Amino acid sequence: MIRTEEMLLNVGPQHPSTHGVFRLVIKIDGEMIIDAKPVIGYLHRGTEKIAENLQYTQIIPYTDRLDYLAAMTNNYVLCHAVETMMELDIPERAEYLRIITMELGRIASHLVWWGTYLLDLGATSPFLYAFREREMIINLLNEISGGRLTFNYMRVGGVKWDAPDGWIEKVKAFIPYMREQLAGYGDLVTGNEIFLNRVKGIGQYTKEEAMDYSLSGANLRCTGLAWDLRKSEPYSIYDRFSFEICTADTGDAWGRYQVRIQEIEQSLRILEQAVEQFPETGEVMGKVPKVIKPPKGEAFVRIESPRGEIGCYIASEGKKEPYRLKFRRPSFYNLQILPKLLVGQNMANLIAILGAIDIVLGEVDG
Amino acid sequence: MIEGLLTSEATWLHFFIYFALTVLLLFIVLGFVTYAILAERKVMGFMQLRHGPNQVGGRWGLLQTVADVLKLLIKEDAIPRAADKPLFILAPLIAFTPAFMVLAIIPFTDRFQFADIGVGLLYYIAVSGITTVGVVTAGWASNNKYALMGAMRAAAQMISYEIPLVMSVIGVILLTGSMNLNDIVLAQENGWYILWQPIAFIVFFIAAVAELNRVPFDLAEAESELVAGYFVEYTGFRWAFFMLAEYVYMFAMSALITVVFLGGWLPLPYLGFIPGAVWFALKFMVVIFLLIWFRVTFPRIRADQLMEFGWKVLLPVAIANIFLTALLKEWINLF
Repeated sequence: MIRTEEMLLNVGPQHPSTHGVFRLVIKIDGEMIIDAKPVIGYLHRGTEKIAENLQYTQIIPYTDRLDYLAAMTNNYVLCHAVETMMELDIPERAEYLRIITMELGRIASHLVWWGTYLLDLGATSPFLYAFREREMIINLLNEISGGRLTFNYMRVGGVKWDAPDGWIEKVKAFIPYMREQLAGYGDLVTGNEIFLNRVKGIGQYTKEEAMDYSLSGANLRCTGLAWDLRKSEPYSIYDRFSFEICTADTGDAWGRYQVRIQEIEQSLRILEQAVEQFPETGEVMGKVPKVIKPPKGEAFVRIESPRGEIGCYIASEGKKEPYRLKFRRPSFYNLQILPKLLVGQNMANLIAILGAIDIVLGEVDG
Repeated sequence: MIEGLLTSEATWLHFFIYFALTVLLLFIVLGFVTYAILAERKVMGFMQLRHGPNQVGGRWGLLQTVADVLKLLIKEDAIPRAADKPLFILAPLIAFTPAFMVLAIIPFTDRFQFADIGVGLLYYIAVSGITTVGVVTAGWASNNKYALMGAMRAAAQMISYEIPLVMSVIGVILLTGSMNLNDIVLAQENGWYILWQPIAFIVFFIAAVAELNRVPFDLAEAESELVAGYFVEYTGFRWAFFMLAEYVYMFAMSALITVVFLGGWLPLPYLGFIPGAVWFALKFMVVIFLLIWFRVTFPRIRADQLMEFGWKVLLPVAIANIFLTALLKEWINLF
């Protein structure tokens, strides 16, 4: 008589494919997952609580460390929230610099995802190719902000530094190069039979389920819902650019892959237009009072980060520090659907599903 | 020379000469393993925009593997407290001994072969199967959940791929009429079996990659899923034994493919003045390069897809190939 027994397996927090310190306690029968319980909080630093004792400008470096793969968007969401409360005008040139850096950051973030996802699936080369391109973007951002990952670039009312001489030309030159590489990525991976077998139909959910779980970003758009805040609720100057909302209709890991790859293309389109329209001269910092004191009240803004909707809520009492600061961190919300997707899958699919969600633990744990 | 030795009188002198030759082969194989690892890292580096080893032993990193092995040998011999100690120690030995045993029957040239036995091909396949026992033992004895899963995957993979592997070479055996590897090489004088048996070659090559546990079939190790699979608890020289077994098998399997499908030491037409050993080495290196190239290119296949592919695709194709070969042989005999 053969007797089978369930096994409790601890995946992470030290595991090569949990993308940081994410821990997953799974019950498996053979390789089949019966139950999954995510455990988070290993990287919790209490950003929101710390922020209550800081002035607004001092909070910006902390936002860099939330989603450390796309720090520009985090910078922006905080500045945007404060600017909305104070009703500040942002100079034209600063807006363009913000868009350019944010879109560069979006491409860099998707590249990291692309490389690490294929690493999860067992292909080692794409990772190195992706990081070559990402390195170029990081160098560009380093040149303008002085930081490689934690930029601390944006300020309430504008940006800290103007673009150095020749920087816009470098971005201009990068766009066709990146397009060419993107085509190469397609040749290497997208048509690969093994890869398609690994991602098609994996981690599938419907549009309704995605909305119930409050998913956003590529995780939502892969179900066919065209919801991208850059277009649906344009902020900054996104309404000046023509680009498309990338969607797929499969709702599986393959759909998420396609959406992210297309988003790189669309970001390149935005970049192309932005460097074309870039104003020759102008200020990069608006007229901002010496001490930033938003009026009493509250505000919530949300923007599209590479991982989804990142929101920032500020409750102010008219002081230099916020009374309460809250970030809606997309990775945290996107992760909630994971246990549901994992039941009935095997170990290999676990990695494929987790990777496709694209989490950054700095953001999940706050 | 070796044949002469085997049939000569059993004197001490002859024994020592034979023994010395065996040691020579051992050094050739170990030398190969040393530089195959380096070559793999260099080729991968070249394909992945990296440099590979370039510090130890000049700018080509010629001594990198030597340094790595030395480091592994002087590492602390750590055995987990919960492990099954005797089995844990035994497993690497079971895994690596067969890897050396199979080398005896490979005809490197028409002279340099240690055991010219009638069932050479069968011997190779039978002996190489023992390694899986070592892998399963390692996974079980480690008392680690990831290791156990890796071991189970290895066992399942071995069963699914050994069969198409054997089935695919039956076509070759039918054409040759012998399982002796020397006969198989000599039968290829009118054209290598890769031309006469292309289907068998493809099936054999895929099954061989699966046998070797290399990308895209490296499920038993599966770094991103099972951390390191069956040898996750091993360190130091025990771990080195597993790696050694893996690379010696890579050597043996490439040699076997060269012998069975690429005509062994036989030269290309009009190029007979180049010695057989060089030809063997050239063909052999092409196979090795292909294996490295695979590793750089492909993602990993999933366990259930691997089974499906083995049983539902490779096996029927291999059997169909046997049927076709039988027809072909009859047809040739008719005229």
